[in-house]
Amino acid sequence: MEQFTGKVWVLGDDIDTDIIIPTEYLALKTIEDMKQYAFSPLRPDLASRIQKGDIVVAGKNFGCGSSREQAPEVVKALGIRCIIARSFARIFFRNSINNGLLLIEQPDLRGDVKEGDEITVAVNDHIIYGGRRYPIASLPENLVEILNAGGLVKAMAARNGVNRDSLNRS
Amino acid sequence: MGQTMIEKLISRNIGSDSVKPGDIVTVSADRVMLDDIMIPFIADKFHEMGFTKIWDQDKVVLIYDHLVPSSQQDDVRHYQVGDRFAKEYGLTHVHRSDGICHQLMTEAGYVKPGDVVFGTDSHTTTYGCVGAFSTGIGYTEMAAILGTGELWVRVPETIKIVIEGELPEHVMSKDVILRIIGDLGADGATYKALEFAGATVENMTVSSRMTMANMAIEAGAKCAVFAPDEKTALYCGGELGERDRSLEGDSDAVYCKTLTYRAEELTPVMACPSQVDKIREVSALEGTVIDQVFIGSCTNGRLEDLEAAAKVLEGKKTAPFVKLIVTPASRKVYQEADARGILRTLAEAGAIITHPGCGLCCGRTGGILWDGERVVATNNRNFLGRMGTSKVEIYLASPVTAAACAVAGKIVLPS
Repeated sequence: MEQFTGKVWVLGDDIDTDIIIPTEYLALKTIEDMKQYAFSPLRPDLASRIQKGDIVVAGKNFGCGSSREQAPEVVKALGIRCIIARSFARIFFRNSINNGLLLIEQPDLRGDVKEGDEITVAVNDHIIYGGRRYPIASLPENLVEILNAGGLVKAMAARNGVNRDSLNRS
Repeated sequence: MGQTMIEKLISRNIGSDSVKPGDIVTVSADRVMLDDIMIPFIADKFHEMGFTKIWDQDKVVLIYDHLVPSSQQDDVRHYQVGDRFAKEYGLTHVHRSDGICHQLMTEAGYVKPGDVVFGTDSHTTTYGCVGAFSTGIGYTEMAAILGTGELWVRVPETIKIVIEGELPEHVMSKDVILRIIGDLGADGATYKALEFAGATVENMTVSSRMTMANMAIEAGAKCAVFAPDEKTALYCGGELGERDRSLEGDSDAVYCKTLTYRAEELTPVMACPSQVDKIREVSALEGTVIDQVFIGSCTNGRLEDLEAAAKVLEGKKTAPFVKLIVTPASRKVYQEADARGILRTLAEAGAIITHPGCGLCCGRTGGILWDGERVVATNNRNFLGRMGTSKVEIYLASPVTAAACAVAGKIVLPS
């Protein structure tokens, strides 16, 4: 079972896509250009403080709002290992899986965890924090297939017989 | 056992007798909508996936609206990428300055009752106003559809919302959907379909229904549907066939929840900063001083919305410190409002009338606000920082309420 440990950033309920990446930055050329503005309406300094392997723990309805796929992409580009929330909005959920960003629904962790603490995640099984074990559900099979393929782009490229190494188109 | 409307729409699409909530099925897209913000990303993903042609060009509509006219130099790159993509793959349905995508998809007849439609904007739920199953997706899934014509969906459970009776004067369909979102909560319909029924929605125009389907996403819904009727047929420029009529949810269908409203009991309401489900009576907010009013967007920028606002503003002036920004949803709306003298009435009252498009709603152009400012707006989202800095307060309201507030310079009940 895949397992990892990371430092936690704690966010509230209804973290919408305009908070994750405001519209004014959506026409920047690359996700790398955009990522410094992630979460800026809520916490302007957060993007610069996030380290690779950190974990976001949030309340209900994470990712509500727009269909902008830049939202999960900037979160992933910042190095966030996974997002654990009480619940996720559906378009954000699909977009994350399609980009290979792991999302975990867990109802109780958010109420207990303190920002800066470390948690350990055993994928599709449980989370350990402060000696307590928080169970998590398995993802549906069709989503695991997309995650295992490394996201939807890779799944489609494999279907089309594309050699990824030969891809250099802009 | 009977089926809900969304179950019928999906069954029909996949050629099955029935489906049930939780089933994961692959549907064929009847149309797709690509917008200007997402087109560079769609093009990149499409190429990375190794596709060399589009499954059916006639089913693809590319619309520039969020970034039109450009407000930042970089916006132009999006048109260039879009134009190149359209040329390379033979897209013919391209709108470069005709208005907001959701308005055009229905107004220009791209969506018909019974269709399955995907778009790269969350308010794609709008097309449920004509009895289509439509929902927003990301650019990676759109790229995959462009190559394959297909997408997997989970058949949603349905929440039925029945509204009976006649709406009081000054209560618009916007007030109805805001009330429903307040009752459901911002995540109350996540993964679910909303199915509207009852005499009140039967009496509504397609435009008013559009406002409600548009905002279903604000309760987290996957889609929202109205059964096609004679008005739908007229709007779509066709006749109401038995096939469309039969899309209505069956009386013995299973709904996960039913909400019932009496129209006479509904009142003008607002969504208060910064949550779409923080619904308050306008009467409880009266006296709150405002700086700006925005009437427009895919939610409330149609002819009937501008007409309703003009009726309130006729012979009056906006408060001297209030900027009233009016943005017609499309060129057609703009021209019709002009022909009927509505634009003149609005201008004489002090309105700034802008080009059709997404405009201020997505915080990109035409009236961006600053710390401490307060705006009453007819669009669909009052998120933190949506229309300017994160210290802007956005109150969402109907066009009638918004117009009354523009005159008073503060929040007031329309009278």
